[in-house]
Amino acid sequence: MAKEKQPIAETVERLLTGNRRAAARLISMIEGNDKGVREAMKLIYPHSGQAVILGITGSGGAGKSSLTDQLIRIYRRHGKSVGVVVVDPSSPFSGGALLGDRIRLTRHSLDDGVYIRSLASRGHLGGLSRATADVIRVMEAMGKDLVIVETLGAGQDEIDVIHFVQTCLLVVTPGMGDDIQAMKAGIMEIADILVVNKADLDGATTCLRNLEAALNVKSFQKGEWVPKLIKTVAVASKEEELEGIEELVSAIGEHQAHLHDSRAIDQVRIERIEQELGLVFKEEVEKAVFQGLKGTGRKKGYINSILRGESDPYSVVNEVLNSYLQPSQS
Amino acid sequence: MMDEKRKIKILITKVGLDGHDRGAKVVATLLKEAGMEVIYLGMYQMPEGIVQVAADEDVDVIGLSYLSGEHLIFTPKIVELIKENDLDDVLLIAGGTFPPEDIPTLKDMGIDEVFRAGSLTQSIIQYIRDNVRE
Repeated sequence: MAKEKQPIAETVERLLTGNRRAAARLISMIEGNDKGVREAMKLIYPHSGQAVILGITGSGGAGKSSLTDQLIRIYRRHGKSVGVVVVDPSSPFSGGALLGDRIRLTRHSLDDGVYIRSLASRGHLGGLSRATADVIRVMEAMGKDLVIVETLGAGQDEIDVIHFVQTCLLVVTPGMGDDIQAMKAGIMEIADILVVNKADLDGATTCLRNLEAALNVKSFQKGEWVPKLIKTVAVASKEEELEGIEELVSAIGEHQAHLHDSRAIDQVRIERIEQELGLVFKEEVEKAVFQGLKGTGRKKGYINSILRGESDPYSVVNEVLNSYLQPSQS
Repeated sequence: MMDEKRKIKILITKVGLDGHDRGAKVVATLLKEAGMEVIYLGMYQMPEGIVQVAADEDVDVIGLSYLSGEHLIFTPKIVELIKENDLDDVLLIAGGTFPPEDIPTLKDMGIDEVFRAGSLTQSIIQYIRDNVRE
């Protein structure tokens, strides 16, 4: 859009002063993958990278948003400013989404130290991961001390998001078979802290024991972080009836301290950049190649040749890439 | 999916002490089915919070759901806050159960369009698509 062309630098300037309207605008651009995103991110990037980034994942209804609500409450009490990205799935059929996590977070709406943004997964080209990565950068640039990323950890897709976070919480609940899910490959491995939420429900102890047993058979190297297990009750009518929240906050603090003491934080930061680089690279290359093919009729030709059984996707991609990589082309 | 039009983002919320959210939930679901991204804020929301969330989420539309007769009380405050926050390009619609004679009053107050209980869902969807900001 032409009217946005000029003020991008200005919007970023305002973002750097913590302005949430500027953040809102920039995040919409990221969501829509508008043309101005590249320019904006170039300006934002140098001002990001300093926040503590927490990931909260777990199946729907496990209590991720309620825990997020509690964590915001405690961190605000400690004087930390907080950014929250809540990711909910888009319908693969209608493309629409119902983003309902803010219901649990409404008491923070008017707190100037908290900025919350919902993100629909939209499901295009791994775009969610790239968009989430950029949104985290925006929140860092606006000066948030802590950024919480809440995702439905159901599909392999969301696990990507884990690469951007420093401390990852996996939330499970008793009686849902979540403890067995958590023991599956690729799920427990991502968790630095395992949270058994709704610990006032029947089966909480069994759930905890199963997870404990699963952790016990894993071998950890000396100095390696051993995931913590915490029982929580994140919703109660009175604050005194909550359980494990302070304990969870200390566990997060311990994991952060471990990252810094062991210098593992350097590796985490490297992985984050590596991941971002890969995502941007993939998207830009793909876009450039497809744009190059646009209007030439070559794409249609390739599809037809595959349809006739004369070629296959691998040969086509090879041919296209070669034409790009050969200097004679330009 | 890549070349689809820009997604319409809409905030659906109940206002004040009104505890009847069935209609709001139905509308939220229908708009989702129509391909929109709906942020559902739930019950007992006050004007300040509603407008702040609308600003933070950069929504295109705010949908207010009324049933218990508070529509004439809360609407002016919401409109005032929308102006204060420079959200004039956001479409403001109201729905629910209230006397038909209040519709002109609501529009005078600054509501762009009103859909009473019984409105056709297609008319809501079409109205939003036709009037949403570019």
